[in-house]
Amino acid sequence: MYTKPRLQGRPIWHVPDEEIYSKGHLACPGCGVAISARLALKILGRKTILVVPACCFAVIDGPFPHSAAGVPLLHCAFETAAATASGVRAGLASRGDTDTRVVAWAGDGGTYDIGFQALSAAAERNEDILYVCYDNEAYMNTGIQRSGATPFSAWTTTTPAYPGKLEHKKDLGAIMIAHRIPYFATACVSYVDDFLGKFRKAREIRGFRFIHLLSSCSPGWKISEADSIESGFLAVRSRVFPLMEVEDGGSTRRITVNPAPVPVRRYLERQGRFKHLKDGDIDAIQQHVDRRWAELASRFDLPKPAPSHAAPAAARGAFPGADGLARLLQAHAATLSEREREFIRELLSSMWNNPAYASQSDQDLVGLAITLSQLAGSF
Amino acid sequence: MPRRELLTGNEAVAQAVALANAQVIGIYPITPQTTIIEKICDLAAKGAFHPRIIHVESEHSAMAAVIGAAFTGARTFTATSSQGLALMHELLHWAGGGRLPIVLANVNRAMAPGWSIWTDQNDSLSQRDTGWMQFYCESAQEVLDTTLLAFRVSERVMVPSMVVLDAFVLSHTSEPTEVPDADTVAQFLPKYEAPYRLDVEKPCSFGALLRPPFYQEVRAKLQEAMEGALKEIDEADQLWRKLTGRGWGIVSGYRHEDADILFVTSATTASTARVVIDRLRVEGIKIGGLKVRVFRPFPFEELRRALAGRRLAIIFDRNLSYGHHGIFAQEIKSALYGWRGAPPVSCYVGGLGGRDVTPESIEGMVRRSLGERNGELFSWVR
Ligand SMILES: Cc1ncc(C[n+]2csc(CCOP(=O)(O)OP(=O)(O)O)c2C)c(N)n1
Ligand code: SF4
Ligand SMILES: [Mg+2]
Repeated sequence: MYTKPRLQGRPIWHVPDEEIYSKGHLACPGCGVAISARLALKILGRKTILVVPACCFAVIDGPFPHSAAGVPLLHCAFETAAATASGVRAGLASRGDTDTRVVAWAGDGGTYDIGFQALSAAAERNEDILYVCYDNEAYMNTGIQRSGATPFSAWTTTTPAYPGKLEHKKDLGAIMIAHRIPYFATACVSYVDDFLGKFRKAREIRGFRFIHLLSSCSPGWKISEADSIESGFLAVRSRVFPLMEVEDGGSTRRITVNPAPVPVRRYLERQGRFKHLKDGDIDAIQQHVDRRWAELASRFDLPKPAPSHAAPAAARGAFPGADGLARLLQAHAATLSEREREFIRELLSSMWNNPAYASQSDQDLVGLAITLSQLAGSF
Repeated sequence: MPRRELLTGNEAVAQAVALANAQVIGIYPITPQTTIIEKICDLAAKGAFHPRIIHVESEHSAMAAVIGAAFTGARTFTATSSQGLALMHELLHWAGGGRLPIVLANVNRAMAPGWSIWTDQNDSLSQRDTGWMQFYCESAQEVLDTTLLAFRVSERVMVPSMVVLDAFVLSHTSEPTEVPDADTVAQFLPKYEAPYRLDVEKPCSFGALLRPPFYQEVRAKLQEAMEGALKEIDEADQLWRKLTGRGWGIVSGYRHEDADILFVTSATTASTARVVIDRLRVEGIKIGGLKVRVFRPFPFEELRRALAGRRLAIIFDRNLSYGHHGIFAQEIKSALYGWRGAPPVSCYVGGLGGRDVTPESIEGMVRRSLGERNGELFSWVR
């Protein structure tokens, strides 16, 4: 077991030790939403109420009289997460409670499709709620049917392969950003540091906040349970799922993690739901992803290396290559598997020039990356 | 001191909601309900009460929002009509099954197509089995008093209430109405303390998967609460009578004591029927009236008592279950089945989509029923 390093300075994305979301939930092994809930609740804390519509998470939490959430959880009708959460907020306010966090936690079907009207309205009213959409890109609870979030060409039971789904995924991010809400972000547990930071930020902002999580699903994506975190890395690196953040109704727009890109083929080929794709299809998807990225990069700030004045002591240079990394990990070599080393490399690359860590020593940063990767991978 | 005001049925609802100090209100317009929410916004803007008003994008979200609020222990209200009520349907089950004391005013309006904004009861009666109490009202005063009663009873038995009033005939006509003072209301309707609510100090889930061993038990408790509600309604009615001199009963009779024939109906038709009863009494026909005010929970005993030993019951429905007949008639007959004192029953359906139910049409029903009866299930009132 690796023990959590004591970090010098104050890491802003400090991870609380307290486990709120309990073991014994009913998710499939490797389920992205279970990991997401565990990590998100660490940041949101016990003074949180979850509002959950019909979706896998409603089942995962447990049947009566069990509940894994560790915070009050209100099950609501499939299409009503945003409206019900608005009511919970108003009800609490009528009791004088304005600081309990009200979090709608819904799947992509409940968000992109059936719950979209209520979502848009709650965003327009700027309700003081955090809406989290965990996007596993299909209706999983009912057995993997197509949703508005299912990507082009993916197999589902209602878009049989070949050719899979004929339409592209709805660009929900653009739609939510167009509502000019106080906070919008995309996140994925694979980039756990980025994930936690966004939840921490969302926690402190008042008004309507929306976090779009890419959430792996082994039966739905036809991936190995052990590939959950890896698929998230590849989604981000291939730019299929860019990690971004928009604040103050659009006044700041940034890509928060921008690792060295890999071809989209690497993301697709690990997932059974894309295994029917032909080379031409993959090329078409690559072009689509490139086009979207170019659009995004023209409108969003890309992460900059730490400005030198913020980090007089430890301005880091380029991310170390294989040898440099081996040296950094040397002290922990005995406890790390090949897989873990790969995760840590990926995480470190996203943290390396993040100004938040400018004051940490390289070794501290490595320690933090190890802790984070174990947090993400150990559930 | 109570004050007398000229109020429409819809204004009476709004006044009652303000007197009840409802804390969270979901609002969405639909004719003929809209003036309820307008009046509520007006009263809130003038500081008559301080609700949190959620300006939702649909009736569906209105009900979802008040469900969320009710789960925090807030006193909640919303109002709608016809299409809006139908849109809420799934969530009406959620409120009933969730045992939330939400009060909803439904202004009866016929269901489309074709579009109609006029009254009939198919909208509210289509929601019969959602686990809501239903009160059918006849005057602005009854609407005001019943809305307050609905809050009280709902919060005591943890079952939501629907206060129902006819489109236009009641929603938009004005009558002198007594508005009780805050002290009187406080004696009748204490501050609401929810027996359970979303509480971060006591985290638990609400509405989780109920497996077969549990589901039926939970529903049996709802049934038990519904059955117990009749007693609560009666007690509330007595208390209100003590405080204000007004009580409305569960069913209410008119010149019924010595009547051989009872004309049974609900809502505003009962007012028209009284005029006809007076006329026919002059002719020597021993007829009386019976108004069914509480439809859920269904008042079996009260109806049996009222109908015992009559020569004939004439039941008029302003609604229709297609392929069957009037819904009140079906239910009243179910109360009479196999029971020795049961009178013969003659059933009519009319007034759909706002067609006037006039004294003449009621008189026609009575005369037809007194003549040769051909044994048909029901007759249309054209
Ligand atoms: C009104 C309504 N329609 C359909 C359903 C059936 N249903 C329950 S969960 C679900 C799929 C949920 O998909 P998503 O929101 O993506 O969450 P996931 O199951 O993938 O986690 C469906 C279709 C329902 N509960 N309510
Ligand atoms: S089906 Fe997918 S989303 Fe649902 S619990 Fe399993 S892994 Fe998670
Ligand atoms: Mg899904």
